[in-house]
Amino acid sequence: MAHEETVYEALDHAHSDEGHWAFGTGFDEPLAGVDTTVPEGVDPADLGEYCLMLGDDALVLAQRLTQWITNAPELEEEVAIGNIALDLLGQARLLLARAGSVGVLGRSRERATESIPDEDALAYFRDPDEFRCTALVEAENGDFAHTMLRLLAAATVRLAVLARLRESRDPVLAAIAAKGVNELTYHRDHAARWVLRLGDGTEESHRRAQAGAEAVWPLLADVFSATPTEQRLAAGGIAVDPAEVRGEVHAVLTEVLGRATLTVPGWPADAPPRGRLGEHGPELAELLDELQGLAREHPAATW
Amino acid sequence: MSMTSEGGHGAVPTGPEVPVEPKAATARRDWPLYEVFVRGKRGINHVHVGSLHAPDDEMAVHAARDLYTRRNEGVSIWVVRSADITASSPDEKDPMFAPSGDKVYRHPTFYEIPENVPHM
Repeated sequence: MAHEETVYEALDHAHSDEGHWAFGTGFDEPLAGVDTTVPEGVDPADLGEYCLMLGDDALVLAQRLTQWITNAPELEEEVAIGNIALDLLGQARLLLARAGSVGVLGRSRERATESIPDEDALAYFRDPDEFRCTALVEAENGDFAHTMLRLLAAATVRLAVLARLRESRDPVLAAIAAKGVNELTYHRDHAARWVLRLGDGTEESHRRAQAGAEAVWPLLADVFSATPTEQRLAAGGIAVDPAEVRGEVHAVLTEVLGRATLTVPGWPADAPPRGRLGEHGPELAELLDELQGLAREHPAATW
Repeated sequence: MSMTSEGGHGAVPTGPEVPVEPKAATARRDWPLYEVFVRGKRGINHVHVGSLHAPDDEMAVHAARDLYTRRNEGVSIWVVRSADITASSPDEKDPMFAPSGDKVYRHPTFYEIPENVPHM
């Protein structure tokens, strides 16, 4: 057999449940074959709300990363950023589908035509005040260093949360978390490699990385503040109280910045939840305009 | 733009056009070229699948993962700087390869390979 054939043979032998194509695998039913029964003693409205929080963080960060496409410093890096965005989009899709499966759809279901699946209705037909993401993911992109610092912080927080969420009493959340942990480990690693190179690189790259850290750190203010919904679910073994991951996140970020010869900015004082309750700046509205424009103009369009 | 190695993390792009923010597309290719080898399955050898540019060896492995193993192709990746490969020269093609052409006894064509032995 010609050696050239062997590598891509794996394409044919890929397990069908591990599709990695951007399009074409398992797009009909995101939770097909999964028992979506709500665990005993859990308010479905709480569970759906929590899925929106985690799902919106992923969806909005995916969109921010996607804005680098055609603008990344190198083609190789553009593909890496695109892959990370696609991973996050996949997580968002499952989480929004889970929110839909427990009936948390808000006004989106009234706005979206019937043929639009729940997760698309949630992504494309909610207004900014119905989104539950934090400022850490919605803040506008800066330069490449800023993007890598933000990705490092966001991936570190999300990895710490999902790692614990693997023990959730909700089997759907536990499964989504287990899948996400591998992805986020890679995202965090990718960002950390760049932070090391930029921080411990040239004078200019160091300056930009430090400025990125200074800009990103204040965005952590409400990341560790639990909403009442999260507190109720955490007490019931369903969700992770974000305050629990603070120590790990601080330790990881301090370690990476230290090795990158960057100064760790002061940690912001805890602020009450804002984004998780639907309070956002105008930058989220702009982002959603871009994200939702096509779907709203041409509902259920296919191509 | 020049490449410098500072601070123990390999070559980093330097100069005024350091790639840290979105910028108009300009022809700029200063990262070294790497050749990428992927092993599709355990027990099979690494196979050349293509090349890429990266700032250093570690980032080359990283980029190779994104560019060449997105669809379950690989279990192992090698990268090597293209400049470090010593290749045979097309001019020497005849003295290099022609002598083996008529030595049929060098080819294991007289054995029957059992059907259940793959990759021979």
